[in-house]
Amino acid sequence: MSKEPDAGLSRRRVLAVGAASLATALPAARSEAQPAAAGNASDSPGGLVHAVSFNVNGSEQRLDLDARTTLLDALREHMRLTGTKKGCDHGQCGACTVIVDGRRINSCLSLAVMHEGARITTIEGLGTPDKLHPMQAAFIEHDAYQCGYCTPGQICSAVAVLDEIRAGVPSHASESLLDRPQANNTEMRERMSGNICRCGAYSNIAEAMAEVAGRDV
Amino acid sequence: MKPFTYERASSAADAADKAGRAPGSKFIAGGTNLLDLMKLQIEAPNHLIDINGLDLDKIESMPDGGLRIGALVRNTDLAADMRVRRDYAMLSRALLAGASGQLRNKATTAGNLLQRTRCPYFYDTNMPCNKRQPGSGCSAIGGYTRQLGVVGVSDACIATHPSDMAVAMRALDATVETVRADKSSRAVPIAEFHRLPGDTPHIETVLEPGELITAVTLPKAIGGKQYYRKVRDRASYAFALVSIAAVVQPDGSGRVAVGGIAHKPWRIEAAETNMLRGAKPVAEQLLADARPTRANAFKLPLVERTLAAVLAEART
Repeated sequence: MSKEPDAGLSRRRVLAVGAASLATALPAARSEAQPAAAGNASDSPGGLVHAVSFNVNGSEQRLDLDARTTLLDALREHMRLTGTKKGCDHGQCGACTVIVDGRRINSCLSLAVMHEGARITTIEGLGTPDKLHPMQAAFIEHDAYQCGYCTPGQICSAVAVLDEIRAGVPSHASESLLDRPQANNTEMRERMSGNICRCGAYSNIAEAMAEVAGRDV
Repeated sequence: MKPFTYERASSAADAADKAGRAPGSKFIAGGTNLLDLMKLQIEAPNHLIDINGLDLDKIESMPDGGLRIGALVRNTDLAADMRVRRDYAMLSRALLAGASGQLRNKATTAGNLLQRTRCPYFYDTNMPCNKRQPGSGCSAIGGYTRQLGVVGVSDACIATHPSDMAVAMRALDATVETVRADKSSRAVPIAEFHRLPGDTPHIETVLEPGELITAVTLPKAIGGKQYYRKVRDRASYAFALVSIAAVVQPDGSGRVAVGGIAHKPWRIEAAETNMLRGAKPVAEQLLADARPTRANAFKLPLVERTLAAVLAEART
Protein backbone atom coordinates (compact mmCIF):
# COMPACT_ATOMS: atom_id res chain seq x y z
CA MET A 1 0.00 0.00 0.00
CA SER A 2 1.30 3.47 -0.79
CA LYS A 3 1.61 5.95 2.04
CA GLU A 4 -1.08 8.60 2.36
CA PRO A 5 0.24 11.65 0.49
CA ASP A 6 -0.95 14.03 3.18
CA ALA A 7 -2.20 12.78 6.51
CA GLY A 8 -4.34 15.90 6.84
CA LEU A 9 -6.14 15.24 3.56
CA SER A 10 -8.81 12.61 3.91
CA ARG A 11 -9.77 10.23 1.09
CA ARG A 12 -13.15 11.89 0.89
CA ARG A 13 -11.53 15.31 0.57
CA VAL A 14 -9.35 14.04 -2.29
CA LEU A 15 -12.46 12.73 -4.07
CA ALA A 16 -14.25 16.02 -3.51
CA VAL A 17 -11.38 17.98 -5.04
CA GLY A 18 -11.26 15.53 -7.95
CA ALA A 19 -14.99 15.88 -8.58
CA ALA A 20 -14.79 19.67 -8.44
CA SER A 21 -12.06 19.74 -11.07
CA LEU A 22 -14.20 17.46 -13.24
CA ALA A 23 -17.12 19.84 -12.86
CA THR A 24 -15.06 22.80 -14.08
CA ALA A 25 -13.70 20.78 -16.99
CA LEU A 26 -17.11 19.77 -18.28
CA PRO A 27 -18.47 23.02 -19.73
CA ALA A 28 -15.38 23.36 -21.90
CA ALA A 29 -15.83 19.82 -23.21
CA ARG A 30 -19.46 20.54 -23.92
CA SER A 31 -18.86 23.76 -25.78
CA GLU A 32 -16.53 21.88 -28.09
CA ALA A 33 -19.08 19.19 -28.82
CA GLN A 34 -22.25 21.30 -28.75
CA PRO A 35 -21.38 24.93 -29.50
CA ALA A 36 -24.99 25.82 -30.27
CA ALA A 37 -26.20 24.58 -26.90
CA ALA A 38 -23.57 26.31 -24.78
CA GLY A 39 -24.97 27.92 -21.66
CA ASN A 40 -28.22 25.98 -21.75
CA ALA A 41 -27.54 22.53 -20.38
CA SER A 42 -31.15 21.60 -19.72
CA ASP A 43 -32.49 22.21 -23.21
CA SER A 44 -29.88 20.53 -25.34
CA PRO A 45 -31.42 17.31 -26.59
CA GLY A 46 -28.51 15.32 -27.80
CA GLY A 47 -26.12 17.31 -25.60
CA LEU A 48 -23.49 15.78 -23.32
CA VAL A 49 -24.51 17.67 -20.17
CA HIS A 50 -28.04 17.63 -18.83
CA ALA A 51 -29.93 19.26 -16.02
CA VAL A 52 -31.78 16.85 -13.78
CA SER A 53 -33.95 17.50 -10.74
CA PHE A 54 -34.98 14.98 -8.12
CA ASN A 55 -35.74 14.78 -4.45
CA VAL A 56 -33.13 13.12 -2.28
CA ASN A 57 -34.03 12.37 1.33
CA GLY A 58 -36.68 15.08 1.31
CA SER A 59 -34.52 17.76 -0.24
CA GLU A 60 -34.97 19.04 -3.81
CA GLN A 61 -31.81 18.81 -5.88
CA ARG A 62 -30.92 20.24 -9.27
CA LEU A 63 -27.71 19.08 -10.90
CA ASP A 64 -26.02 19.60 -14.26
CA LEU A 65 -24.51 16.25 -15.09
CA ASP A 66 -22.58 14.53 -17.82
CA ALA A 67 -25.10 12.02 -19.17
CA ARG A 68 -22.72 9.21 -18.18
CA THR A 69 -23.11 9.95 -14.47
CA THR A 70 -24.75 7.05 -12.70
CA LEU A 71 -27.22 7.73 -9.93
CA LEU A 72 -24.59 6.27 -7.57
CA ASP A 73 -21.93 8.74 -8.71
CA ALA A 74 -24.41 11.63 -8.57
CA LEU A 75 -25.14 10.78 -4.93
CA ARG A 76 -21.56 10.21 -3.89
CA GLU A 77 -19.51 12.59 -6.00
CA HIS A 78 -21.92 15.43 -6.64
CA MET A 79 -24.03 15.45 -3.48
CA ARG A 80 -21.44 14.14 -1.00
CA LEU A 81 -23.86 11.44 0.17
CA THR A 82 -21.16 8.82 0.65
CA GLY A 83 -23.30 6.48 2.74
CA THR A 84 -24.29 4.68 -0.46
CA LYS A 85 -21.32 2.52 -1.39
CA LYS A 86 -19.67 1.59 -4.66
CA GLY A 87 -18.80 -2.10 -4.55
CA CYS A 88 -18.63 -3.89 -7.89
CA ASP A 89 -20.21 -1.02 -9.91
CA HIS A 90 -21.86 -3.71 -12.10
CA GLY A 91 -25.09 -4.58 -10.27
CA GLN A 92 -23.73 -7.75 -8.76
CA CYS A 93 -23.08 -6.88 -5.11
CA GLY A 94 -25.94 -4.60 -3.99
CA ALA A 95 -23.75 -2.20 -1.97
CA CYS A 96 -25.20 0.70 -3.99
CA THR A 97 -28.85 -0.15 -3.25
CA VAL A 98 -31.09 2.89 -2.77
CA ILE A 99 -34.86 3.29 -2.75
CA VAL A 100 -36.32 5.18 -5.73
CA ASP A 101 -40.05 5.94 -5.73
CA GLY A 102 -40.51 3.25 -3.11
CA ARG A 103 -38.47 0.57 -4.88
CA ARG A 104 -34.96 -0.66 -4.25
CA ILE A 105 -32.61 -0.49 -7.22
CA ASN A 106 -28.89 -0.76 -7.94
CA SER A 107 -27.93 2.91 -8.25
CA CYS A 108 -24.76 1.91 -10.14
CA LEU A 109 -26.79 0.59 -13.09
CA SER A 110 -28.95 3.63 -13.60
CA LEU A 111 -28.14 6.99 -15.12
CA ALA A 112 -28.93 10.00 -12.95
CA VAL A 113 -30.59 11.76 -15.90
CA MET A 114 -33.13 8.93 -16.08
CA HIS A 115 -34.51 9.94 -12.67
CA GLU A 116 -36.04 13.33 -13.40
CA GLY A 117 -38.68 14.03 -10.74
CA ALA A 118 -37.91 10.89 -8.72
CA ARG A 119 -38.00 10.56 -4.92
CA ILE A 120 -34.78 8.94 -3.77
CA THR A 121 -34.05 7.63 -0.31
CA THR A 122 -30.50 6.72 0.70
CA ILE A 123 -29.20 5.38 4.00
CA GLU A 124 -28.78 9.00 5.14
CA GLY A 125 -32.51 9.55 4.64
CA LEU A 126 -33.73 6.49 6.52
CA GLY A 127 -32.61 7.62 9.94
CA THR A 128 -30.07 9.74 11.82
CA PRO A 129 -27.63 8.82 14.60
CA ASP A 130 -30.09 10.37 17.08
CA LYS A 131 -33.17 8.84 15.53
CA LEU A 132 -32.36 5.53 13.90
CA HIS A 133 -34.69 3.79 11.50
CA PRO A 134 -35.98 0.59 13.15
CA MET A 135 -33.96 -1.46 10.62
CA GLN A 136 -30.77 0.43 11.52
CA ALA A 137 -31.42 -0.16 15.23
CA ALA A 138 -32.10 -3.85 14.56
CA PHE A 139 -28.84 -4.23 12.58
CA ILE A 140 -26.94 -2.82 15.58
CA GLU A 141 -28.88 -4.94 18.05
CA HIS A 142 -28.25 -8.15 16.07
CA ASP A 143 -24.65 -7.39 15.07
CA ALA A 144 -25.73 -7.69 11.44
CA TYR A 145 -22.43 -6.48 9.96
CA GLN A 146 -18.71 -6.69 10.47
CA CYS A 147 -16.74 -4.31 8.22
CA GLY A 148 -19.90 -2.35 7.42
CA TYR A 149 -19.20 -1.64 3.77
CA CYS A 150 -22.26 -3.48 2.42
CA THR A 151 -24.45 -2.35 5.32
CA PRO A 152 -26.11 0.76 3.82
CA GLY A 153 -27.15 -1.30 0.80
CA GLN A 154 -28.25 -4.18 3.04
CA ILE A 155 -30.40 -1.85 5.16
CA CYS A 156 -32.01 -0.06 2.19
CA SER A 157 -32.69 -3.44 0.61
CA ALA A 158 -34.06 -4.91 3.85
CA VAL A 159 -36.47 -2.00 4.36
CA ALA A 160 -37.75 -2.38 0.78
CA VAL A 161 -38.00 -6.18 1.11
CA LEU A 162 -40.41 -5.89 4.03
CA ASP A 163 -42.47 -3.42 1.99
CA GLU A 164 -42.52 -5.89 -0.93
CA ILE A 165 -43.72 -8.70 1.33
CA ARG A 166 -46.40 -6.42 2.80
CA ALA A 167 -47.49 -5.49 -0.74
CA GLY A 168 -47.87 -9.20 -1.58
CA VAL A 169 -45.09 -9.39 -4.19
CA PRO A 170 -44.17 -13.10 -4.54
CA SER A 171 -40.62 -14.45 -4.68
CA HIS A 172 -38.82 -17.53 -5.98
CA ALA A 173 -39.12 -18.92 -2.45
CA SER A 174 -42.91 -18.46 -2.23
CA GLU A 175 -44.56 -21.89 -2.17
CA SER A 176 -47.76 -20.58 -3.71
CA LEU A 177 -48.05 -17.76 -6.21
CA LEU A 178 -51.62 -17.12 -5.12
CA ASP A 179 -51.22 -16.82 -1.34
CA ARG A 180 -49.78 -13.79 0.40
CA PRO A 181 -46.05 -14.23 1.02
CA GLN A 182 -44.91 -14.49 4.65
CA ALA A 183 -42.01 -12.63 6.23
CA ASN A 184 -40.19 -15.84 7.11
CA ASN A 185 -36.50 -16.67 7.00
CA THR A 186 -36.69 -18.52 3.65
CA GLU A 187 -38.39 -15.57 1.98
CA MET A 188 -35.97 -13.02 3.39
CA ARG A 189 -32.87 -14.99 2.40
CA GLU A 190 -34.13 -15.34 -1.18
CA ARG A 191 -35.15 -11.69 -1.44
CA MET A 192 -31.80 -10.49 -0.06
CA SER A 193 -29.71 -12.54 -2.53
CA GLY A 194 -28.79 -9.39 -4.46
CA ASN A 195 -26.87 -8.03 -1.46
CA ILE A 196 -23.51 -9.69 -0.96
CA CYS A 197 -21.71 -9.57 2.42
CA ARG A 198 -18.09 -10.67 2.29
CA CYS A 199 -17.99 -10.83 6.08
CA GLY A 200 -20.83 -13.34 6.01
CA ALA A 201 -23.22 -11.60 8.40
CA TYR A 202 -26.20 -13.11 6.60
CA SER A 203 -27.79 -14.98 9.50
CA ASN A 204 -27.66 -11.87 11.69
CA ILE A 205 -29.09 -9.75 8.88
CA ALA A 206 -32.01 -12.17 8.61
CA GLU A 207 -32.52 -11.95 12.38
CA ALA A 208 -32.52 -8.16 12.27
CA MET A 209 -35.08 -8.23 9.49
CA ALA A 210 -37.20 -10.73 11.38
CA GLU A 211 -37.27 -8.47 14.42
CA VAL A 212 -38.46 -5.53 12.34
CA ALA A 213 -41.00 -7.72 10.58
CA GLY A 214 -42.31 -8.65 14.03
CA ARG A 215 -41.77 -12.36 13.68
CA ASP A 216 -39.36 -14.93 14.97
CA VAL A 217 -37.36 -17.03 12.53
CA MET B 1 -18.14 4.73 -20.56
CA LYS B 2 -17.54 6.44 -23.90
CA PRO B 3 -19.25 9.85 -24.09
CA PHE B 4 -22.74 9.81 -25.56
CA THR B 5 -25.55 12.24 -26.19
CA TYR B 6 -28.92 11.66 -24.56
CA GLU B 7 -32.53 12.53 -25.21
CA ARG B 8 -35.96 11.42 -24.10
CA ALA B 9 -38.51 10.10 -26.58
CA SER B 10 -42.13 11.25 -26.44
CA SER B 11 -43.80 8.22 -28.08
CA ALA B 12 -42.89 4.83 -29.49
CA ALA B 13 -43.03 6.18 -33.05
CA ASP B 14 -40.92 9.17 -32.01
CA ALA B 15 -38.35 6.84 -30.43
CA ALA B 16 -38.09 4.64 -33.54
CA ASP B 17 -37.90 7.76 -35.73
CA LYS B 18 -35.12 9.24 -33.57
CA ALA B 19 -33.22 5.95 -33.69
CA GLY B 20 -33.64 5.73 -37.45
CA ARG B 21 -32.01 9.14 -37.80
CA ALA B 22 -29.15 8.41 -35.37
CA PRO B 23 -26.94 5.52 -36.47
CA GLY B 24 -25.06 4.09 -33.50
CA SER B 25 -27.84 5.01 -31.07
CA LYS B 26 -29.49 2.69 -28.53
CA PHE B 27 -32.77 2.74 -26.67
CA ILE B 28 -32.45 2.69 -22.90
CA ALA B 29 -35.19 1.52 -20.54
CA GLY B 30 -34.10 -0.30 -17.34
CA GLY B 31 -30.48 -0.07 -18.42
CA THR B 32 -29.39 -2.92 -16.15
CA ASN B 33 -27.65 -4.82 -18.94
CA LEU B 34 -26.83 -1.97 -21.32
CA LEU B 35 -25.07 0.23 -18.73
CA ASP B 36 -23.15 -2.76 -17.39
CA LEU B 37 -21.83 -3.38 -20.92
CA MET B 38 -21.24 0.33 -21.58
CA LYS B 39 -18.99 0.53 -18.52
CA LEU B 40 -16.88 -2.21 -20.09
CA GLN B 41 -17.13 -0.48 -23.50
CA ILE B 42 -18.53 -3.70 -24.95
CA GLU B 43 -21.48 -1.53 -25.89
CA ALA B 44 -20.50 1.99 -26.93
CA PRO B 45 -23.55 3.82 -28.32
CA ASN B 46 -22.91 7.43 -29.34
CA HIS B 47 -26.50 8.38 -28.48
CA LEU B 48 -29.06 7.10 -25.97
CA ILE B 49 -32.79 7.44 -26.48
CA ASP B 50 -34.54 7.18 -23.12
CA ILE B 51 -37.90 5.46 -23.59
CA ASN B 52 -38.88 5.35 -19.90
CA GLY B 53 -41.48 8.08 -20.33
CA LEU B 54 -43.47 6.18 -22.96
CA ASP B 55 -46.90 4.80 -22.26
CA LEU B 56 -45.77 1.18 -22.59
CA ASP B 57 -45.94 0.13 -18.96
CA LYS B 58 -49.40 -1.47 -18.81
CA ILE B 59 -50.58 -5.08 -18.79
CA GLU B 60 -53.87 -5.26 -20.66
CA SER B 61 -56.40 -8.09 -20.89
CA MET B 62 -57.23 -8.66 -24.56
CA PRO B 63 -60.66 -9.38 -26.07
CA ASP B 64 -59.38 -12.80 -27.25
CA GLY B 65 -58.60 -13.74 -23.65
CA GLY B 66 -54.88 -13.10 -24.01
CA LEU B 67 -52.63 -10.58 -22.32
CA ARG B 68 -50.72 -7.66 -23.81
CA ILE B 69 -47.62 -6.79 -21.81
CA GLY B 70 -46.14 -3.35 -22.49
CA ALA B 71 -42.45 -3.26 -23.34
CA LEU B 72 -41.70 -1.19 -20.23
CA VAL B 73 -43.50 -3.39 -17.70
CA ARG B 74 -40.89 -4.11 -15.04
CA ASN B 75 -40.02 -7.72 -14.31
CA THR B 76 -41.27 -7.31 -10.71
CA ASP B 77 -44.65 -6.02 -11.88
CA LEU B 78 -45.10 -8.72 -14.50
CA ALA B 79 -44.22 -11.47 -12.01
CA ALA B 80 -46.60 -9.99 -9.42
CA ASP B 81 -49.58 -9.39 -11.74
CA MET B 82 -52.40 -11.60 -10.45
CA ARG B 83 -53.49 -12.57 -13.99
CA VAL B 84 -49.99 -13.80 -14.73
CA ARG B 85 -49.68 -15.60 -11.39
CA ARG B 86 -53.02 -17.34 -11.97
CA ASP B 87 -53.05 -18.05 -15.73
CA TYR B 88 -49.40 -18.00 -16.82
CA ALA B 89 -47.71 -19.26 -13.66
CA MET B 90 -44.56 -20.43 -15.44
CA LEU B 91 -43.94 -16.84 -16.52
CA SER B 92 -44.15 -15.53 -12.95
CA ARG B 93 -41.91 -18.37 -11.80
CA ALA B 94 -39.37 -17.74 -14.56
CA LEU B 95 -39.17 -14.02 -13.77
CA LEU B 96 -38.80 -14.65 -10.05
CA ALA B 97 -36.00 -17.14 -10.73
CA GLY B 98 -34.00 -14.48 -12.55
CA ALA B 99 -31.62 -11.78 -11.31
CA SER B 100 -32.13 -10.05 -7.93
CA GLY B 101 -34.98 -8.02 -6.45
CA GLN B 102 -33.16 -4.78 -7.23
CA LEU B 103 -32.59 -5.74 -10.87
CA ARG B 104 -36.15 -7.00 -11.37
CA ASN B 105 -37.44 -3.63 -10.14
CA LYS B 106 -35.64 -1.92 -13.03
CA ALA B 107 -35.45 -4.53 -15.79
CA THR B 108 -38.17 -4.36 -18.42
CA THR B 109 -40.00 -6.94 -20.52
CA ALA B 110 -38.40 -5.83 -23.78
CA GLY B 111 -34.96 -5.39 -22.23
CA ASN B 112 -35.11 -8.88 -20.79
CA LEU B 113 -35.65 -10.29 -24.30
CA LEU B 114 -32.69 -8.29 -25.58
CA GLN B 115 -30.19 -9.30 -22.89
CA ARG B 116 -26.74 -10.11 -24.19
CA THR B 117 -25.07 -13.40 -23.36
CA ARG B 118 -23.14 -13.95 -20.12
CA CYS B 119 -20.43 -15.95 -21.90
CA PRO B 120 -17.27 -15.06 -19.93
CA TYR B 121 -15.32 -14.44 -23.15
CA PHE B 122 -17.91 -11.94 -24.39
CA TYR B 123 -17.23 -9.99 -21.19
CA ASP B 124 -13.43 -10.36 -21.35
CA THR B 125 -12.33 -7.60 -23.70
CA ASN B 126 -8.78 -8.99 -23.77
CA MET B 127 -9.96 -12.16 -25.54
CA PRO B 128 -11.27 -12.73 -29.07
CA CYS B 129 -15.06 -13.04 -29.36
CA ASN B 130 -17.02 -13.17 -32.61
CA LYS B 131 -20.08 -11.75 -30.88
CA ARG B 132 -18.26 -8.73 -29.48
CA GLN B 133 -15.87 -8.27 -32.41
CA PRO B 134 -17.07 -10.07 -35.54
CA GLY B 135 -14.36 -12.15 -37.20
CA SER B 136 -11.99 -12.11 -34.23
CA GLY B 137 -12.58 -15.76 -33.29
CA CYS B 138 -14.26 -17.65 -30.45
CA SER B 139 -12.30 -18.07 -27.24
CA ALA B 140 -15.02 -20.21 -25.70
CA ILE B 141 -14.47 -23.06 -28.13
CA GLY B 142 -11.60 -24.90 -26.49
CA GLY B 143 -11.96 -22.70 -23.41
CA TYR B 144 -14.06 -22.70 -20.27
CA THR B 145 -17.47 -23.93 -21.40
CA ARG B 146 -19.34 -25.22 -18.36
CA GLN B 147 -22.09 -22.59 -18.70
CA LEU B 148 -22.24 -22.51 -22.48
CA GLY B 149 -24.43 -23.88 -25.25
CA VAL B 150 -24.90 -27.49 -26.33
CA VAL B 151 -27.47 -27.22 -29.14
CA GLY B 152 -27.80 -24.87 -32.09
CA VAL B 153 -24.15 -23.91 -31.65
CA SER B 154 -21.84 -22.98 -34.51
CA ASP B 155 -18.10 -22.93 -35.16
CA ALA B 156 -18.26 -19.17 -34.54
CA CYS B 157 -20.13 -19.10 -31.20
CA ILE B 158 -21.40 -21.36 -28.44
CA ALA B 159 -22.94 -18.65 -26.25
CA THR B 160 -26.31 -19.06 -24.55
CA HIS B 161 -29.19 -16.63 -24.15
CA PRO B 162 -29.38 -15.80 -20.44
CA SER B 163 -33.08 -14.96 -20.04
CA ASP B 164 -35.44 -17.02 -17.90
CA MET B 165 -38.49 -14.96 -18.90
CA ALA B 166 -38.00 -15.65 -22.61
CA VAL B 167 -37.98 -19.42 -22.02
CA ALA B 168 -41.43 -19.29 -20.43
CA MET B 169 -42.66 -16.94 -23.18
CA ARG B 170 -41.42 -19.43 -25.79
CA ALA B 171 -43.47 -22.21 -24.16
CA LEU B 172 -46.46 -19.85 -24.02
CA ASP B 173 -46.23 -18.96 -27.76
CA ALA B 174 -45.76 -15.25 -27.10
CA THR B 175 -45.58 -12.67 -29.88
CA VAL B 176 -43.26 -9.65 -29.95
CA GLU B 177 -44.82 -6.43 -31.27
CA THR B 178 -42.58 -3.72 -32.69
CA VAL B 179 -42.58 -0.37 -34.44
CA ARG B 180 -39.98 0.55 -37.05
CA ALA B 181 -38.33 3.82 -37.97
CA ASP B 182 -40.74 4.25 -40.91
CA LYS B 183 -43.62 3.96 -38.35
CA SER B 184 -44.72 0.55 -39.70
CA SER B 185 -45.37 -2.10 -37.06
CA ARG B 186 -45.13 -5.86 -37.07
CA ALA B 187 -45.68 -8.88 -34.84
CA VAL B 188 -42.94 -11.51 -34.62
CA PRO B 189 -43.61 -14.93 -33.05
CA ILE B 190 -41.09 -15.43 -30.26
CA ALA B 191 -39.90 -18.62 -31.97
CA GLU B 192 -38.58 -16.45 -34.79
CA PHE B 193 -37.42 -13.50 -32.69
CA HIS B 194 -34.03 -14.77 -31.50
CA ARG B 195 -31.48 -16.13 -33.98
CA LEU B 196 -29.01 -18.97 -33.79
CA PRO B 197 -25.38 -17.80 -33.93
CA GLY B 198 -24.41 -19.26 -37.33
CA ASP B 199 -21.54 -17.21 -38.70
CA THR B 200 -23.04 -13.89 -37.49
CA PRO B 201 -23.32 -14.35 -33.71
CA HIS B 202 -23.31 -10.56 -33.20
CA ILE B 203 -26.80 -10.44 -34.76
CA GLU B 204 -28.98 -11.90 -32.02
CA THR B 205 -32.54 -11.04 -33.02
CA VAL B 206 -34.50 -10.22 -36.17
CA LEU B 207 -34.93 -6.59 -35.07
CA GLU B 208 -33.85 -4.05 -37.67
CA PRO B 209 -31.75 -1.01 -36.73
CA GLY B 210 -34.03 1.48 -34.96
CA GLU B 211 -36.86 -1.03 -34.49
CA LEU B 212 -38.47 -0.74 -31.06
CA ILE B 213 -40.31 -3.45 -29.15
CA THR B 214 -43.63 -2.04 -27.95
CA ALA B 215 -45.25 -5.10 -26.34
CA VAL B 216 -45.27 -8.85 -25.88
CA THR B 217 -48.61 -10.57 -26.25
CA LEU B 218 -49.63 -13.90 -24.77
CA PRO B 219 -52.43 -15.97 -26.31
CA LYS B 220 -55.44 -17.05 -24.24
CA ALA B 221 -54.33 -19.07 -21.22
CA ILE B 222 -53.97 -22.80 -21.90
CA GLY B 223 -54.40 -24.03 -18.32
CA GLY B 224 -52.63 -27.18 -17.16
CA LYS B 225 -50.02 -27.36 -14.45
CA GLN B 226 -47.22 -24.93 -15.17
CA TYR B 227 -43.60 -25.13 -14.05
CA TYR B 228 -40.35 -23.29 -14.36
CA ARG B 229 -37.54 -25.31 -12.86
CA LYS B 230 -34.08 -23.75 -12.92
CA VAL B 231 -30.86 -25.61 -12.10
CA ARG B 232 -27.92 -23.37 -11.21
CA ASP B 233 -24.70 -23.27 -9.23
CA ARG B 234 -26.28 -21.21 -6.41
CA ALA B 235 -29.78 -21.39 -4.98
CA SER B 236 -30.46 -17.76 -5.94
CA TYR B 237 -29.13 -14.98 -8.15
CA ALA B 238 -27.29 -17.10 -10.73
CA PHE B 239 -27.81 -17.86 -14.40
CA ALA B 240 -29.25 -21.21 -15.41
CA LEU B 241 -27.13 -24.23 -16.23
CA VAL B 242 -30.39 -25.73 -17.45
CA SER B 243 -33.97 -24.58 -17.01
CA ILE B 244 -37.27 -26.16 -18.01
CA ALA B 245 -40.49 -24.27 -18.69
CA ALA B 246 -43.31 -26.76 -18.97
CA VAL B 247 -47.08 -27.03 -19.16
CA VAL B 248 -48.56 -30.42 -18.33
CA GLN B 249 -52.24 -31.00 -19.09
CA PRO B 250 -54.44 -33.45 -17.14
CA ASP B 251 -54.16 -35.98 -20.00
CA GLY B 252 -50.34 -35.85 -19.80
CA SER B 253 -49.82 -33.85 -22.99
CA GLY B 254 -47.99 -30.55 -22.78
CA ARG B 255 -45.22 -28.22 -23.87
CA VAL B 256 -41.55 -27.89 -22.98
CA ALA B 257 -39.03 -25.11 -23.58
CA VAL B 258 -35.46 -25.30 -22.32
CA GLY B 259 -33.17 -22.50 -21.18
CA GLY B 260 -29.42 -22.37 -20.57
CA ILE B 261 -28.48 -24.63 -23.47
CA ALA B 262 -28.71 -22.54 -26.65
CA HIS B 263 -28.45 -19.10 -28.24
CA LYS B 264 -32.24 -18.83 -27.90
CA PRO B 265 -34.99 -20.44 -25.83
CA TRP B 266 -34.97 -24.03 -27.08
CA ARG B 267 -38.22 -25.68 -28.07
CA ILE B 268 -39.03 -28.34 -30.68
CA GLU B 269 -42.79 -28.75 -30.85
CA ALA B 270 -42.51 -32.21 -32.48
CA ALA B 271 -40.73 -33.52 -29.37
CA GLU B 272 -43.80 -32.72 -27.28
CA THR B 273 -45.82 -35.51 -28.94
CA ASN B 274 -43.70 -37.82 -26.76
CA MET B 275 -44.72 -36.19 -23.47
CA LEU B 276 -46.94 -39.14 -22.53
CA ARG B 277 -43.95 -41.48 -22.85
CA GLY B 278 -41.89 -39.57 -20.31
CA ALA B 279 -38.84 -37.33 -20.20
CA LYS B 280 -36.35 -39.53 -22.03
CA PRO B 281 -37.86 -39.52 -25.55
CA VAL B 282 -38.69 -35.81 -25.28
CA ALA B 283 -35.15 -34.93 -24.22
CA GLU B 284 -33.64 -37.16 -26.89
CA GLN B 285 -35.54 -35.33 -29.61
CA LEU B 286 -34.84 -31.89 -28.14
CA LEU B 287 -31.12 -32.65 -27.99
CA ALA B 288 -30.76 -34.82 -31.11
CA ASP B 289 -28.32 -32.42 -32.77
CA ALA B 290 -26.41 -31.50 -29.62
CA ARG B 291 -22.71 -30.70 -29.90
CA PRO B 292 -21.60 -30.44 -26.28
CA THR B 293 -18.04 -29.99 -25.05
CA ARG B 294 -16.48 -32.25 -22.44
CA ALA B 295 -17.12 -29.59 -19.82
CA ASN B 296 -20.82 -29.06 -20.58
CA ALA B 297 -21.94 -32.52 -21.74
CA PHE B 298 -23.50 -32.85 -18.27
CA LYS B 299 -26.28 -30.59 -19.55
CA LEU B 300 -27.70 -33.38 -21.73
CA PRO B 301 -28.63 -35.76 -18.89
CA LEU B 302 -29.49 -32.71 -16.76
CA VAL B 303 -32.18 -31.65 -19.25
CA GLU B 304 -33.70 -35.11 -19.16
CA ARG B 305 -33.57 -35.39 -15.36
CA THR B 306 -34.94 -31.91 -14.78
CA LEU B 307 -37.81 -32.63 -17.15
CA ALA B 308 -38.37 -35.98 -15.42
CA ALA B 309 -38.59 -34.18 -12.09
CA VAL B 310 -41.14 -31.75 -13.50
CA LEU B 311 -43.26 -34.55 -15.00
CA ALA B 312 -43.13 -36.48 -11.73
CA GLU B 313 -44.29 -33.39 -9.84
CA ALA B 314 -47.11 -32.91 -12.35
CA ARG B 315 -48.43 -36.40 -11.57
CA THR B 316 -48.77 -35.67 -7.85
